[in-house]
Amino acid sequence: MLKKRSYFKKRTLPYLLILPQLLITAAFFYWPALQGLVASFQLSDPFGFRTRFVWFDNFITLFQDPLYLKSFLITLVFSGSVAAVSICFGLFLATMANRALRMTAVTRTLLIWPYAIAPAISGVLWLFLMHPSYGVIAIAFKRWFGLDWNPLLESSDAMLLIVLASSWKNISYNFVFFLAGLQAVPRSLIEAAAMDGAGPFRRFWTITFPLLSPTLFFVTVMTIIFSFFESFGIIHTVTQGGPGGSTNILVYKVYQDGFIGLNLGSSSAQSIVLMALIILITVLQFKYVERKVQYTG
Amino acid sequence: MMVEKTPILDTFTYAALVLGIVVVGFPIFYAIIAATLPIEEVSRVPMPMVPGDQLFDNIGEAWRRGDLGTQLFNSFIMAGGITLGKIVVSLFGAFSIVYFDYRLRTIAFATVFCTLMLPIEVRILPTYEMAANIFGPLQSVWDALGLDGLIGWFAGHDIHVTLDYSLLDSYAGLILPLTASATCTFLFRQFFLTIPEELCEAAKMDGASPMTFFWKILVPLSKTNIAALVVIEFVYGWNQYLWPLLITTDPKMTTAVIGLKHLLPSPDDPPDWHIAMAGALLVVLPPVLVVLSMQRWFVKGLVEREK
Repeated sequence: MLKKRSYFKKRTLPYLLILPQLLITAAFFYWPALQGLVASFQLSDPFGFRTRFVWFDNFITLFQDPLYLKSFLITLVFSGSVAAVSICFGLFLATMANRALRMTAVTRTLLIWPYAIAPAISGVLWLFLMHPSYGVIAIAFKRWFGLDWNPLLESSDAMLLIVLASSWKNISYNFVFFLAGLQAVPRSLIEAAAMDGAGPFRRFWTITFPLLSPTLFFVTVMTIIFSFFESFGIIHTVTQGGPGGSTNILVYKVYQDGFIGLNLGSSSAQSIVLMALIILITVLQFKYVERKVQYTG
Repeated sequence: MMVEKTPILDTFTYAALVLGIVVVGFPIFYAIIAATLPIEEVSRVPMPMVPGDQLFDNIGEAWRRGDLGTQLFNSFIMAGGITLGKIVVSLFGAFSIVYFDYRLRTIAFATVFCTLMLPIEVRILPTYEMAANIFGPLQSVWDALGLDGLIGWFAGHDIHVTLDYSLLDSYAGLILPLTASATCTFLFRQFFLTIPEELCEAAKMDGASPMTFFWKILVPLSKTNIAALVVIEFVYGWNQYLWPLLITTDPKMTTAVIGLKHLLPSPDDPPDWHIAMAGALLVVLPPVLVVLSMQRWFVKGLVEREK
């Protein structure tokens, strides 16, 4: 690991400096994670009087539970849709902003502020926009397309609502990264291609887009992490997992089963599955970043 | 980047940008309009798109009904505490990792770094239990060692020691568990590594102690990075949802983002969406202002955190 060639020779000071960080991580990260791991192998009765060690029973029950498998599928559909919508829009707007040289800074100001809005509040705003009786979008759907829109009763409508609320909140984040990525594309490459007769579209697909692939990968990973975990606020304010469990994504299910339903064993097992997923994502991300570093020298 | 003249594509570019800005801005525009209207107008179908004159009345009503004064104050304390805590703790941590050589250095760094893989969402219940009694782990150690018996033997009668201190419904509970930060530590570490060796050499030659070097040289040099992290972490802290939801049960201790839910009209209530939207505007205002006013540092910080 990297360190300075010139450093201070002190014995206790470095430990004192890192101590607060280590205490907090030990108390609120590692100890709870360990407790969760232990609890996932145990089965307790609802009153917490007796606990038995049951090996992988919680996990086996979990993966045989159709509700859990449904929640898994819902999470995949949800995060896939959020990633598709927010990445396409973010990339499109960033490409446009990067072309409009005189307006780039203004556009950025006008597009980054949704980043500051909490997912839960994004949910509230969209709930109002798409409210079956008062929302302007719901009314437009009804008048123009004759759609009987009701996210409070209809599963697919509810899913669309949370996808839109999450994507909207996430567009600005993706936009910022794509714009930074686009601005890092060497101008000389673009000019050389233009001189060889490549038009703007051809240049985008053959030069800019491949050079953006590390950014695209990073943004995809971050969007998936966002929709897996931080969308909790949206679900909790807008649908509470309903109607009929149709928006009950994994994180919300952990909360409901564990914190509301007090089913410790199952909830802990679900947490461990989520933990495994995020470890997998992080490892993949670092593997890829490593390759990128070698690539550029 | 425009290399050649493409008038049609340029027109398309600007049109698409304007459309994009309008689409992205629409939800908040719609909320602003709703927040200025009286209830008869808001519940008209479709809602008029011309602002009314009820903005301050609606904000006042939302403030009163949602107890937003208390909750916004709590949000400020929480966001401010998390921002300050994260930055201080990470600065110290990165300083320790980069500028000292000690046996557990690599392990310390790995320990901090691996917290990236443990977001609060994957350890909801046990973290809650930890906050409910931060001496819980010590109690287990105490019980395991049978220290009750030992003390009882000394005292001559039975004693049971209970170590119990709860962080529920407290500012410490809202802030402390969120102040460890792998990303901030990593960012400062990367930055410290780019600082020329000569600075530290010179400071040592002048007889400066490590802490003098830290406060007089490192911290001032890190100003831009600190500014960037202030924006990002303030927004992060302000927008926290799951953690405050878990550990606050007292409405006096909850944050504005969570409290807003109580302003949402349920199907049986009158459709007070104008009040809900007025409340929503108040709650999003502080982080939006922070992001817009510190845009330059924010973009830099966001993009550099990736590296």
